[in-house]
Amino acid sequence: MVLPPLLSSCQNIQISPDVKYYLDHFEVTPEMLQKVISEAMSKGGDYADLFFEHRIANTLALEDGIVNRAYSNVDYGMGVRVLKGDQTGFAYTENISLEEMLDAAKTAASIAGDPVTFKQDGLLEKIPADYYRISRKWEDASVEEKVPYLQQINSRVFELDGKVTKVSASLADETAYVLFYNSEGRLTYDYRPLASFRARCVMEQNGQIESGSSSRSYRKGFEWLGEDLVEEIAREAVDNTNILFGATRPDAGEMPVVLGAGGSGILLHEAMGHAFEADFNRKNESIFSDKMGKSIALDFINIIEDGTIEHNRGAINIDDEGNDVKKVYLVKDGRLESYIHDRISSRFYNVEPTGNGRRQSFRNIPIPRMRCTYMENGPHTKEEIISQVDYGVYVDNFSNGQVNIGAGDFTFFVKSGTLIEKGKLTRTIKDINIIGNGPQALADITMAAGDFKMDNGTWTCGKGGQSVPVTMGLPTVLVKKLTVGGMS
Amino acid sequence: MTRNEKYELARWAVKNAVENGADQASVTIYNNSNSRVEVREEQIDRLEKANRNSMRINLYVEKKYSSHSTNRLTNKDELGKFIRQAIAGTRYLSEDEFRTLPDPELYYRGGGTELNTMDPGFDSIDPQLKIDQAFSTEKEVLGKDERIISVTATYSDGKNETVMVTSNGFEGDTGNTFYSLVASVSVRSGDARPQSYWYESAIFHDKLVREGIGSTALERALQKIGQQKIRTGTMPMIVENRLAANALSPIIQALQGSSIQQKNSFLIGMTGEKIGSGLMTIVDDPFIISGRGSRHFDNEGLATRKRTIIDRGVLKEYYIDTYYGKKLDMAPTSGDTTNLVFDPGDKNLEELVASIDRGILVTGFNGGNSNGSTGDFSYGIEGFLIEKGKRVQPVSEMNITGNFKQVWKDLVAVGNDVYTQSSWRTPSLVFDNIQFSGL
Repeated sequence: MVLPPLLSSCQNIQISPDVKYYLDHFEVTPEMLQKVISEAMSKGGDYADLFFEHRIANTLALEDGIVNRAYSNVDYGMGVRVLKGDQTGFAYTENISLEEMLDAAKTAASIAGDPVTFKQDGLLEKIPADYYRISRKWEDASVEEKVPYLQQINSRVFELDGKVTKVSASLADETAYVLFYNSEGRLTYDYRPLASFRARCVMEQNGQIESGSSSRSYRKGFEWLGEDLVEEIAREAVDNTNILFGATRPDAGEMPVVLGAGGSGILLHEAMGHAFEADFNRKNESIFSDKMGKSIALDFINIIEDGTIEHNRGAINIDDEGNDVKKVYLVKDGRLESYIHDRISSRFYNVEPTGNGRRQSFRNIPIPRMRCTYMENGPHTKEEIISQVDYGVYVDNFSNGQVNIGAGDFTFFVKSGTLIEKGKLTRTIKDINIIGNGPQALADITMAAGDFKMDNGTWTCGKGGQSVPVTMGLPTVLVKKLTVGGMS
Repeated sequence: MTRNEKYELARWAVKNAVENGADQASVTIYNNSNSRVEVREEQIDRLEKANRNSMRINLYVEKKYSSHSTNRLTNKDELGKFIRQAIAGTRYLSEDEFRTLPDPELYYRGGGTELNTMDPGFDSIDPQLKIDQAFSTEKEVLGKDERIISVTATYSDGKNETVMVTSNGFEGDTGNTFYSLVASVSVRSGDARPQSYWYESAIFHDKLVREGIGSTALERALQKIGQQKIRTGTMPMIVENRLAANALSPIIQALQGSSIQQKNSFLIGMTGEKIGSGLMTIVDDPFIISGRGSRHFDNEGLATRKRTIIDRGVLKEYYIDTYYGKKLDMAPTSGDTTNLVFDPGDKNLEELVASIDRGILVTGFNGGNSNGSTGDFSYGIEGFLIEKGKRVQPVSEMNITGNFKQVWKDLVAVGNDVYTQSSWRTPSLVFDNIQFSGL
């Protein structure tokens, strides 16, 4: 922990106790922030911001029946960003002293080339939203208190199935303190808890070895841990593994794909979400670059990008550019309604920021990123959808996905699913990749059910070398045609 | 931090841990310096500079183990408190009889040859030169084709230095530098905007190839125009040298002690057995001068040695670190790869293409995964359909599906074009009987 110094004089500046707590946490004063911003703007930049972050992460893990390892990480520092038009200058320091911050500001300022005198004196405090209030901080929870939950999940997985031969489990928690100040005078802050609990098991039967896992992740405090959570994860890990015995691969080739409610939201994330990120569109690199306002899907399709869902892994109270976080319709009644914006792109397109400017840490530049991406319910039922398919696959358990933004080709990897033959679910399938083209797949969603489900697994999105926590959700949908990996 | 300052801090932290109740401790201090210039439309799009310091401390307390890192290194009182709290937390864990530092007999003791992985001129490169090199890479492309819609060129460099000290007698340091230039080009093709990139990298600034990066990226993007998927079928596959590591990585993962002990490997108990065709020979060679993975000791301090991992298809050795070695009752070999050198063949890529009657040359992977326990895999691919020895059609939006226990046995040819800009030195590879799914 950082020990707060005596807050030096701050005459003429009114600050609330909340924001003072964060200033103290980072051992800075409003005057220091203003000096650094003035330096950052001294070469004629249009805009500058300071992002302070202190992150404390802990992982406790179980292997071979015992809680036998703990990891922790402390990361602390601040980044200075300067914008000149679409150009960005950036530097950071891990030592938050006035001298080092001014050095970083000088480096970032050099993106602009015309020395000017900039005097920053405004200070507008912005109270952030409150989407993840917790009752007990992870920082205050000891190793001793966490150990029993890992032991419980281990016992529970072994109890649930006699074929289990190995269990591993981990509990990861993270707390981030964020302070933000920009050249427009906005001063804001956020407290970001994030926890993830996962279990993996190995089962053996007649010489065949299969493994599967399950996880849950939320912006919740220590109070999140409990018997129900342990039971939910243990059961899912066992079910995800058990189902693999006797599983086959489908035939290879193009076929209808029914995406089960929940984690199938990975379709939205890969097939459309990334291609809607406005940095790609601003550069004309996305396959959706010319599609704004146009009909790109059937009219019952509504796709949403939302950073405001309480305790959701993808929620944020403010984005990493100090902007309000919004719920945004990307696709409304089948029409492309909004891209996913950061500050640079919202100015380029002359729209309000959507609160999607995110960064992995104070070491990175914010760029347009997803938070929670999901589709609203449609008019059909799951049974109707499956009954339409003569030969195809039903998929509902995924590990990863990817997209080529320009070509529009996206993929997602299916850990397990079920073959559909003559309108009926038949044999289990596993370990196949599915590939399609974004705009085509979106246009090919011909049915959507009313059984929307959020997937609260530990999804992490990578882009430009930066990882951020996200989530996704979907009702059951039918995509008329995708290319399924398989064995003919 | 200078190297001496890093050693002093590491020794202080080890001593502090032992004095405060740890039976053993290992401390690594990391320092990375990076810079990056990204240009587009003849302007600097991004200018970034970074300098990062951190410490990792591994603690062994009453047979209990934990590992901690922090970047708050300037205040010794705070660091001391961090270490004491970490030791206190460790006491709540379960005893694990297999957790100890390595046997000191196995540590690197110095005296190895200079591996030349560090450019001594790193700190004196003129920042303007970095900007100029990014612009000249972009310039190779601008105006060269009317279908171009976006060009980005990036110069980046980095220097990494580490110092490691353990409480049972190891001290060592490593350092490396890199420089790279990347061009990324998007072109118009109907509604689609195919994108491709090309890059060059080097350990020494004066060895960095600067010509042809932009033009190669453009050529590769233009070649993608008209990409289609073709009919599902089984045929030979050539994997371009730069991508061959993708096919190799699940094998190396399956050889890790942790994968074997946790039954997340499809190669358990396979030493001495044939896992690939006779063309598959892989040597782990830590001593290549200026190799990207060259090192005298691994992440635990164990002395590295040149060893054959796979000899003409027969598995010889696993990657066993100290902990999983004890758990598996196997001698530690080092759990880390250094330079993985794949034995080359005698044909270049064009000759390999010419030898294919009908097959696919893979020039890009798109997602997919494999199952560690079973070896089953399925990946998205793009590339070119080859007919009668010639590229006849760019293809995309297809999958390959199979099992790694089989696919390496179907390795039928190996190129002479070993890729040396990576620690995994792979040539282009030809596999027979690959299941492609498309139309």
